[in-house]
Amino acid sequence: METIKLDLEHYRKLLKEYLLTKNETALYQAEQFSKLSMQHNISPEEIVNVHIKALQELYPDLPEQVNDSLNFLLEAMISYGLAYQEFQSLREKQSELKSEISVAAKMQETLLSTVKPTIKGLEIGAISVAANQMSGDYYHFVTDEDDTLGIAIADVIGKGIPAALAMSMIKYSMDSFPENQRQPSAILENLNRVVERNVDPAMFVTMFYGLYDPSTEVFSYASAGHEPGFYYHADTQTFEEIDAKGLVLGATDNAVYQQFDKKINKNDRIILLTDGVTECRVGDRFIDRDEFLEVIQTYIHLPPQEAVEQVYKYFERLQEFQFRDDFTLIIIQKMV
Amino acid sequence: MDFKSCVHIRQEWDIVGARQLGRDKAKELGFGTVDQARIATAISELARNIYLYAGTGKICFETIEDLEHKGLEIIAKDEGPGIRDISQVMEDGYSTSGGLGAGLPGVKRLMDHFDIISTHGEGTEIRTSKWVR
Repeated sequence: METIKLDLEHYRKLLKEYLLTKNETALYQAEQFSKLSMQHNISPEEIVNVHIKALQELYPDLPEQVNDSLNFLLEAMISYGLAYQEFQSLREKQSELKSEISVAAKMQETLLSTVKPTIKGLEIGAISVAANQMSGDYYHFVTDEDDTLGIAIADVIGKGIPAALAMSMIKYSMDSFPENQRQPSAILENLNRVVERNVDPAMFVTMFYGLYDPSTEVFSYASAGHEPGFYYHADTQTFEEIDAKGLVLGATDNAVYQQFDKKINKNDRIILLTDGVTECRVGDRFIDRDEFLEVIQTYIHLPPQEAVEQVYKYFERLQEFQFRDDFTLIIIQKMV
Repeated sequence: MDFKSCVHIRQEWDIVGARQLGRDKAKELGFGTVDQARIATAISELARNIYLYAGTGKICFETIEDLEHKGLEIIAKDEGPGIRDISQVMEDGYSTSGGLGAGLPGVKRLMDHFDIISTHGEGTEIRTSKWVR
C-alpha cells in the first residue's frame, strides 16, 4: 500500500478509486488520510474543502445545489475545527500541569520522607498512599539515643496541593522544636500555635502524637482531633479504641491537650491511621469502623509491614483501585 | 475608513449583516472559500460579544496591504464595560466551557493577527486581520 500524502491530488485519487470500486481498501485509506490530517493539524473545514475541489475536478458538471450544499457543510464545520484546536491546546496544557505537579509531588516526598526506625523490641509497619498526586497525610518517626520512639500521624482536612503545602510547613515546625521537648501534649500545643498563626482558618489539621519509652514500656500519647487508633490485645484478640479527645490543630490559639499513658504488653499492637482508612467507600456508602476491624483482624497475625500492605491491598480492591482520600496506616508491635 | 465599511451592532440580527459585509469584502479581496468561512466566523464571534456584553458597538472593515499581499482587517469597537482581565478571556476553555462559542481565542486562531485594547468602564477595541494566501 502506498504511503498517504496530504494533498488534493491524492485525495482525488482516493475518492475516485472509491467511487469506482466502493471497496474497503479505499475507505481504509480515507481513514489513514483523516488520521494524518489530524497529526498535521488540518481542520475539518479544510478536508471538506479538499473534498469539494476533488469532486469538482472529477465531475465538472455537478448541479449547482450540490456545490452550494457542500459549501454550506464547510461553513458548518468551522466551529468543530476551532473546538478541536482548542482541545489540542488544552491537552498540551494539561500535560504541562501534570508534569509540574509530579515534580512538586517528588519534592514533597523528599521533604516529608521519614525513615522507619529499628527499635529493639518493636516492629513497625507503615504505609501511606496519596489519593491524588500529592498527599495531605503525614507520618513521621523520631528516635533518640535512649531508644525512645516518637510517632506523629497527621491529616490535613482537604486534599491535594493546599493540604500538601500545609503538611510541609508542619513537618518543618516539628523539626525546629527543641530536642528536649518530646512530650506529646507539649508538641501538639506548640504545633497548634504554628497552625493557628500560619494556616488558613478554613483548613484544619488533625494529629496524633505518641511517644514510646522502652525502659518503662509505656506509650504516652495525645490527640488533636485525630481519627482514633486501636490497641490490640494479643491475649484476648480484641481491639480497644485509643481514646484521646482534643481540638483539631489551629482552631484556637491556646488549646490544651491531655496526655495519656498506656503500658504495652508483649505481642500487643498499636494501630494508627487516618480517616482515609476508616472512611473507605464502597459504592455510595462508607464502611464503618467495625467492618474495618474485621479486615484488620484478618491480617493482624502477620508481621506489621506485611499486615499494613495487605490491609491496603484489600481496601484498594474494595474501592476498585480508586482511593478518594489519602490512606495512611501504621502498626507497631511489641515483640518482647 | 469610509462609512459603508461599518456595521452597527444593536440587535442580534446585525451579526448577520456584519458577516455578510465581511464576506463580501473577503471575496472581493480574493480569499478562498475556507478563509471566507473563517473570517465570517470571526466576525460572528466579535459581533456577538458586542451584542452580549456591550449592548451596542460596531464592526468595521479595512483593506490592508504590504509589499507582497493584501488582507482584511476587522475592527470591533464598543463603549461597553470593558474587559477587566484580558489574559483570562484569552485563555483556552474560559468562554468555551459555558458553550458560548469559540470565544476570543477562537478569533485569534481563525485570523493571522489579533490585538485587543480594553479599558475598564470605557470600552473595548479589537483589531484582527488576515492575509490573502
